Amino acid sequence: MIEKFKEWYINRHTYAKQWKEQTGGKVIGTFCTYVPEEILVAAKMLPARILGSHEPQDVTEPHIFGMFCPFCRDALAQGLKGRFNYLDGVVLAHSCIHFRQTFNSWRIHLPVEFSYYIPMPNTVQTPHARSYHRVEVENFKKAIEEYTGRPITEQDLDRGIEILNRNRRLLRKVYECRKLDNPPLTGEEAMYMAVTSQFIDKEEHSNVLEAVLKELPERKLPRDSGIRLMAVGSENDDAEFFKMVESVGSTVVIDEQCAGSRYFWNESVPNGDRLAAIANRYLDRPPCPVKDYPAHSRFQHVLNLAKDYRAQGAIIMQEKFCDPHEGDNPRLKKFLEENGIPTLSLEFDSTNPLGPFRIRVEAFLETIRGEELF
Amino acid sequence: MATPTKYPTEALKCWPKAKEIRQQYYKDYASAHDRGGIRWSGGAWAFDAVPMGLGDDVHVMTGEPYAASIAFDRKFAQECQDATDARGWARDLCSYMRIYWGSMYLNRFFFGGEFPKPDFYYQTQICCSHAKWDQEASLHEKVPFYCIDVCVGPYETLTEERLNYVVKQLHDSIEGMEKTTGRKYDDEKLIAAVHNECRSTSLWAEICTLNKAIPAPLDEKTMFSLYVLNTLQRSSKQIGDFYEELRDEVKDRVARGIAAVPYERCRIITDTQPPWGFLKIYRYMEQFGVVSVGSLYTFGLEGIFGEQEDGSWGPRKTPQQLGIKIKTRDEALRITADWNLSRPQWQHFYDPAIKTRMMLRIYNEWKLNGVILHLNRGCEGLTVGSSENRLGLIKAGVPVMTYEGNMADEKEFDERRTTSRIESFMETLGLEQIPGAVAAQAAS
Repeated sequence: MIEKFKEWYINRHTYAKQWKEQTGGKVIGTFCTYVPEEILVAAKMLPARILGSHEPQDVTEPHIFGMFCPFCRDALAQGLKGRFNYLDGVVLAHSCIHFRQTFNSWRIHLPVEFSYYIPMPNTVQTPHARSYHRVEVENFKKAIEEYTGRPITEQDLDRGIEILNRNRRLLRKVYECRKLDNPPLTGEEAMYMAVTSQFIDKEEHSNVLEAVLKELPERKLPRDSGIRLMAVGSENDDAEFFKMVESVGSTVVIDEQCAGSRYFWNESVPNGDRLAAIANRYLDRPPCPVKDYPAHSRFQHVLNLAKDYRAQGAIIMQEKFCDPHEGDNPRLKKFLEENGIPTLSLEFDSTNPLGPFRIRVEAFLETIRGEELF
Repeated sequence: MATPTKYPTEALKCWPKAKEIRQQYYKDYASAHDRGGIRWSGGAWAFDAVPMGLGDDVHVMTGEPYAASIAFDRKFAQECQDATDARGWARDLCSYMRIYWGSMYLNRFFFGGEFPKPDFYYQTQICCSHAKWDQEASLHEKVPFYCIDVCVGPYETLTEERLNYVVKQLHDSIEGMEKTTGRKYDDEKLIAAVHNECRSTSLWAEICTLNKAIPAPLDEKTMFSLYVLNTLQRSSKQIGDFYEELRDEVKDRVARGIAAVPYERCRIITDTQPPWGFLKIYRYMEQFGVVSVGSLYTFGLEGIFGEQEDGSWGPRKTPQQLGIKIKTRDEALRITADWNLSRPQWQHFYDPAIKTRMMLRIYNEWKLNGVILHLNRGCEGLTVGSSENRLGLIKAGVPVMTYEGNMADEKEFDERRTTSRIESFMETLGLEQIPGAVAAQAAS
């Protein structure tokens, strides 16, 4: 069953088109993982995160200046190449300026029936973000209701919350298995699981997760798990990179990235006010550095993950030109190292030089193994 | 080729005063603690009227103009950036931020002595770099950091809830400042500062509006040295008073037909901060009879505009002009929040189409012939959406040229390449160098 996630990852556009044909529902492209998907699911829509393809492209130069991150350009390229031509709408929740450009260029050049910008708070630590964001989530709900011509009832919201929460719980359970001495799945496989939950129908995704969870206790990987690593940093769904890292004597046992754990780590906690529960969930989730003010609340979370999963080292994956992460990384690196987690910093583009990366990863692993001798 | 008209020119009378205010500003900041005063640092977009309620001896140093000052000194700018690079920060980060941090890490103040440690940092969160800048600086200096999130969408969609979100944070920041400084906050001083802020920024918009005149009384290179006062401390009475004086002088220049560029025959605007160490590109353009009458950046970074009765763009009416009497802290904070959220240079953060509309308005009302966009590698915040602006302007039939550079990192600016591009652009606009202009520059 676990192969299903990779298959979905590769055939994500075919999946979305088929979903649309089979259900007659609307597919909404989500920009960034801060879009409150509960509302979309409550409205029986398919949220599909806009991601790149990790292929060279030459179509975004007129739209986004080359000093902005490769991810935002790669994602726009997918739209300009027509790969998302099945989308009925697009939604952005306010995050970094880089990805906002993708959304805006999309709105200008790839018109869809519905487009919506959610001015989500960027300083999630202020107590005033909670009441304010609840209003913005409510505004978003109203916009969706207006678009579909159907009210979203409290029961719909409950369903949306539960569908999302179930998926989050199941992913947490899968991740829990990665704490074992010999994890029954690789980091590459875990990445496929986490990232596909961002564009596959959540219930269908959860059903497969449940089936996989039944298989995992018996599953043994035909390999030594080697050095336990953590992947931390900018958006990254570069499967080839994970595959390479795990081919040289290591296993990625945990991540702190928006393509992975940051996306599903916490649940909406029902408190009687459904919209507040949804709003608070996005404020309370492990933050992207663009929202982590005034304190670096994220650092302790990263360290906790590293300790809980017994990571022996962390690869800091820095998307080139990603200012929010660039603004965290030197201090995060220091913080991890002071707490006994060696780090390797790598700068990522849409396509990556796996050969040179392999040499650096191997050297990093040797260093860690060397320390074990003493 | 017919000899173009030569307009009379004059030096600005209040120029030395602008220079004096700027020099005094940095001296006051550096010496504030010696006089028992308070120092705070942050961005030029911080709500600078708010800390003014702490007393008359509160002095600020905004990071961007400080770094821009250093950028003129290429050697020290490089030393600062090297110090920042050495600590592991990425070289593509905001070049102002890298220079400010470097000056801080090196403990060297550009205007002499050690780097003056502030008592707290105060900043707005709109661009990905601004809040990181002061987050790091506050950690390094071990002082508190107050960060006001203003990411509530463009002004044209402002709602009561969005405004309230900003205002509530401002209230909290006052409580924080009181704790940090041990001072009792004075609402009357806040109210006066908000009045001054509105006056200074509306006056600057009025001055920019006077540049609709032909010939333009001011050129952008000169405007860079004038708009900067609002980036230093727009809530100060002294700066408001200065802009009144400047407005009157510019009005007089318009009335008497005094030009900034003697052979003006082509009017353009630019975009974003210029490469500060290479302002001579503006002088080069003058050789073709080109005057840059400003930019959305020089106009709207600190100028607050509004639609006038005749539908044109001009200074937004201040609360005083509207007969609004601010009585309470909350009213003052609501006004400063609303006023700042209407800042033209905050709108493109949400949608490049808004900026394109504003640029087209300037193109038409300021009677322009073209636009030069600086694709500024040093400032992601102001370069966001620039490529879409270019496409939008071209679609509207505006001649556009772009060049790549960096406002404060000279390693990312190619002077020869830029002047070649300018030369080609001039050719497309049908302009040749004016011998008289070239000779005058050579002689000066």
